[in-house]
Amino acid sequence: MNTLELSLVIAVGSVLAGFLGALTGLGGGVVIVPMLTLAFGIDIRYAIGASLVSVIATSSGAAAAYVKEGYSNIRVGMFLEIATTIGAITGTAIALRLPLRVIAVIFGVVLMYSAYLSWRQEHDSMVAHQPDRLAKLLRLGGTFPTANGLQHYEVQGVPLGFGVMYVAGMLSGLLGIGSGAVKVLAMDKAMKLPFKVSTTTSNFMIGVTAAASAGIYLNRGYIDPALAMPVMLGVLAGSLAGARVLAGAQVRTLRLIFSIVVALLGVEMIFNGLKGRI
Amino acid sequence: MAGWADERVDNFMGNLLRIGVSAAAMVVLVSGGAYLARHGHEAPRYQVFIGEPKELTNVPGIVEQALAWNSNGLIQFGLLMLIATPVARVVFSVIAFGMQRDWVYVAITLTVLGLLCFGLSGSHL
Repeated sequence: MNTLELSLVIAVGSVLAGFLGALTGLGGGVVIVPMLTLAFGIDIRYAIGASLVSVIATSSGAAAAYVKEGYSNIRVGMFLEIATTIGAITGTAIALRLPLRVIAVIFGVVLMYSAYLSWRQEHDSMVAHQPDRLAKLLRLGGTFPTANGLQHYEVQGVPLGFGVMYVAGMLSGLLGIGSGAVKVLAMDKAMKLPFKVSTTTSNFMIGVTAAASAGIYLNRGYIDPALAMPVMLGVLAGSLAGARVLAGAQVRTLRLIFSIVVALLGVEMIFNGLKGRI
Repeated sequence: MAGWADERVDNFMGNLLRIGVSAAAMVVLVSGGAYLARHGHEAPRYQVFIGEPKELTNVPGIVEQALAWNSNGLIQFGLLMLIATPVARVVFSVIAFGMQRDWVYVAITLTVLGLLCFGLSGSHL
C-alpha cells in the first residue's frame, strides 16, 4: 500500500470510529490508537500523537454546540481543568519515559474499563441540593434546561472530583485519549452533577486537557502531519455525523456491540504489549 | 455587567470553538490534498518511529515551513491552529471573567493558561 491508499483506508476507519464513538458516547479517540497500531502496524507514538489531535477536534466541535445550548457548567469546567492539565502534563512526562509495551498494557486495561462503564451505563438521577464548602466558595452551582424550564442544581464532593479529574488528565496525556468516561465518573458520581451537565462539561474540558499534552508531543516529534491528517478529518466528520443521528436513535444494541469490540481491542493491546510486539 | 452575562459569554465561546475547528480542518484538508497529490505514491513511513524533523516540532519552524508552501508544514500549521483553539478559549475566559470582575475565576483561568503554556513550551520535561 502506498501513502495515498493507506491514508484513504485510515480515513475510512477514522470516520467509522468517530461515528460509533459519538453514537455510543464512548468517544472515537479510544479506538484510534488500537486501530492504528494493531491493524496498520503504525508505531504507537505516532498513533498517540494523531489520536490526541483528533480528540481536540471532536471535543471542541461538540463543545461549541453544547456551550450554546447552556448545558455545560463553565465554572466547574474551568476549575477542574486545573486538575486535568496538571494530570495531562504528568501523564505525558511519564509516557516519554515508559517502555512502549507498558503503555500498550495500560491502554488495554483502560479500554476494558471503558467498555465496562459503557455497558453498565446507569447513572444517578440524584441531584444535590446542598453545596459543599468548596462548591459554595467557588459558586459552582448552576442551571440547565429541561422540559419544565431551567432547573437549578448544587455541587458536592469537590475534592474527590478534583482528584479523579487529575487521574483522567493523566490517562489523557499518557495514552492520547480524551478519557471522557473518567471525567463523567468524577462529575456524575463524585460531584453529583446532572448527567447531561456532566457529559457536556466533560466534552468542554477535553480539548484543553488534550492541548496541554499535544504541545509536548508536538515538541517530541510524535505528531506526524501525514498521519494526523486522515485521522483528524475522519474522526471529526464521523463524530459530527454521529451526533446528528443520535437524536432519536436507539443505540442500546449498538452500544453493546461497540463495548464488546472495545473490550476485545483491550485484550489484544494487553496481549501485544506483554509479547513486546508494540 | 449585563453586557457580559454568562449567556453571551457562552455564545461567543461556542462561536470561537466552531470557527477555530472549522478553519483548522479546512487548512488540513486542502494542504493534505496537496501533500497526497505529490507524495501519495511513496511508501508510508510511520511504521517505524524516527520522530519529526526539527522544523516540524516547534512553532517558528512550522510557520516558516508553512510560509514556504511546504505541504507538510501547511498540514502541521493547521494542526497548530487546532491545538491553539482551546488555548484561545481559555484566553477568552480570562477576559470574560475579568469583565465580570470575578477575580477568583480570573485567577483560576490564568492558572490553567499558565499550565497550558508550560505544556506547549514542552522541551524541558
